[in-house]
Amino acid sequence: MTGKARSHIVQDEPLVFEISAPGKRGCQLPPLDVPAVDAAEVLGAANVRREIEGFPELSEVEVVRHFTRLSTWNYAIDLGMYPLGSCTMKYNPRANEAAASVEGLLWAHPYQPEETVQGCLEIMARLERALAEITGMDAVSLQPAAGAHGELSGILLIRALLASRGNPRRKILIPDSAHGTNPATAAIAGYEVENIRSNERGMIDIEAFPSLVTEDVAALMITNPNTLGVFEVNIARIAEILHSKGALLYMDGANMNALVGITRPGDAGVDVLHLNLHKTFSTPHGGGGPGSGPVAVKKELEPFLPKPRLKQVNGQWRWDYDRPQSIGRVRAFYGNFGVLVRALAYIMACGPEGLRAATVDAVLNSNYVRKKLEPYYDLPHKEPSMHECVFSDRRQARHGVRTMDIAKRLIDYGFHPYTVAFPLIVPGALMIEPTESESLRELDLFIEAMIAIAREAEENPELVRTAPHTTRTSRVDEVTAARKPILRWRPER
Amino acid sequence: MYPEDFKYTREHEWVKVEGDVGVVGITFYAQQALGDIVYVDLPKVGTRVEQGKPLGSVESVKAVSDIYAPVSGEVIEVNEALVEKPELLNRDPHGAAWLAKIRLNSPEELNNLLDAAQYQALVAEES
Repeated sequence: MTGKARSHIVQDEPLVFEISAPGKRGCQLPPLDVPAVDAAEVLGAANVRREIEGFPELSEVEVVRHFTRLSTWNYAIDLGMYPLGSCTMKYNPRANEAAASVEGLLWAHPYQPEETVQGCLEIMARLERALAEITGMDAVSLQPAAGAHGELSGILLIRALLASRGNPRRKILIPDSAHGTNPATAAIAGYEVENIRSNERGMIDIEAFPSLVTEDVAALMITNPNTLGVFEVNIARIAEILHSKGALLYMDGANMNALVGITRPGDAGVDVLHLNLHKTFSTPHGGGGPGSGPVAVKKELEPFLPKPRLKQVNGQWRWDYDRPQSIGRVRAFYGNFGVLVRALAYIMACGPEGLRAATVDAVLNSNYVRKKLEPYYDLPHKEPSMHECVFSDRRQARHGVRTMDIAKRLIDYGFHPYTVAFPLIVPGALMIEPTESESLRELDLFIEAMIAIAREAEENPELVRTAPHTTRTSRVDEVTAARKPILRWRPER
Repeated sequence: MYPEDFKYTREHEWVKVEGDVGVVGITFYAQQALGDIVYVDLPKVGTRVEQGKPLGSVESVKAVSDIYAPVSGEVIEVNEALVEKPELLNRDPHGAAWLAKIRLNSPEELNNLLDAAQYQALVAEES
């Protein structure tokens, strides 16, 4: 074994329910020094629950050890490179956390009177302006709670605009290199989906494209750079063609981290796009989020944005609910505020030069990995890579080793796997996105591990096929888990 | 590997015509590319489907993929056995794991499909 990983004690740990014992407590309350109140009498007996069935009872140290031990089973960006393609697992700078932990922000409540949260509103207004400037768009809503939610909001905006012109139209075009959530978004927004095949360069075929844009087409949903990590060079022409036929251009901005500070989708003719703050703007993915998926639009779509909208009156920020054309709220309150603070902190800490440098480094790192691994792994699309590169397992498959096996073996080398078997247009895909966070040293450790696995695939394929070997659990049976899922633990009776 | 009496689509579905009914399934290559299939979404009996438009979908441990109707017509029967045993699609894609029977309304559409030799060539090219 090379480089990064060594064996290390990992303690086993039962479920918190299994280590519970009746009567254990985490803390002792002082004796009651006010008159006791009988809750049943005050609230009504039916509203008082004396016991919660199966509620675990543990001491403080047991709880702390339980979760600390569990945390050692995990892999995190704070432990090393997390090359999960398309997910943009970049480092979350501590400065973001410092900003989000400022007391006035931490304890602000969405029901506070506007005049007492002017700072919070100013943060949101500044973030809206910054995102509009970065993307070249006119207006931004911070409400959507994640990427796919931003997509849905964006397509609903397109539907609202087209409906106001008399016909919402019927179809959304989606290239086969787009993000997997795009077709679901279009369907939920009430549109039919028509898939467009990529050409051999992994792009939209610009010659064939005009004939696809019929009167029925409401919009094209394009991911740029697409899931092959390839920039759609014809984006401006694509926008022109759509606009000439009364259709709109939606851009999935999940890969915006390849463009920030270099080029602006708005300048290329994009009408609506969403951003993933938890990707491009370094807010955490950890613990399931929360994410944030602001949606940015051109002027003509602004009246339809989710309400309320921020408005400045006599130097004070106010929420404006008088938005008759708005698609309405898409989220309780005003979006995931804590995430918004972190994103603005990142943007301000980096500044224009820093944001641009992050983009350049992300593209450089991905191309470094691509160049170093090209002699060992099949590279099906040879177009220049942006922030991620996509190999196939074609060479290793000859020895019976597939992309999933290589990914599992990578765990033994101390790395989180890359994205497996996506995008679907590359059979046996290995999708690698190092992000700008990685140093040359970490990149070299990763490359060394990947080359070692390529060698193992030839010399000892069984070792790779049965990986991982150094984890506390070896390969789990994903098929049975998916076919016969057990969704909750039940006590033995 | 690929039965001579089937017709094939470029999206890896097959159809076997018996009178005015087409029996539809996914190919061996399709199931191999998908990996272990864990869920099948079948159309309702009575649904009208159009050649090249989604008929249903299959979910494997890798992805959810649409199944496109190789022929237009009305769904007259679906293979309920797949609901409980999606693994049949991996074991016997050209036989026991047929997906649906469609009453053809435009048999001339069969001319748009590939024969076994053409399909074999397509698979050789893709793999």
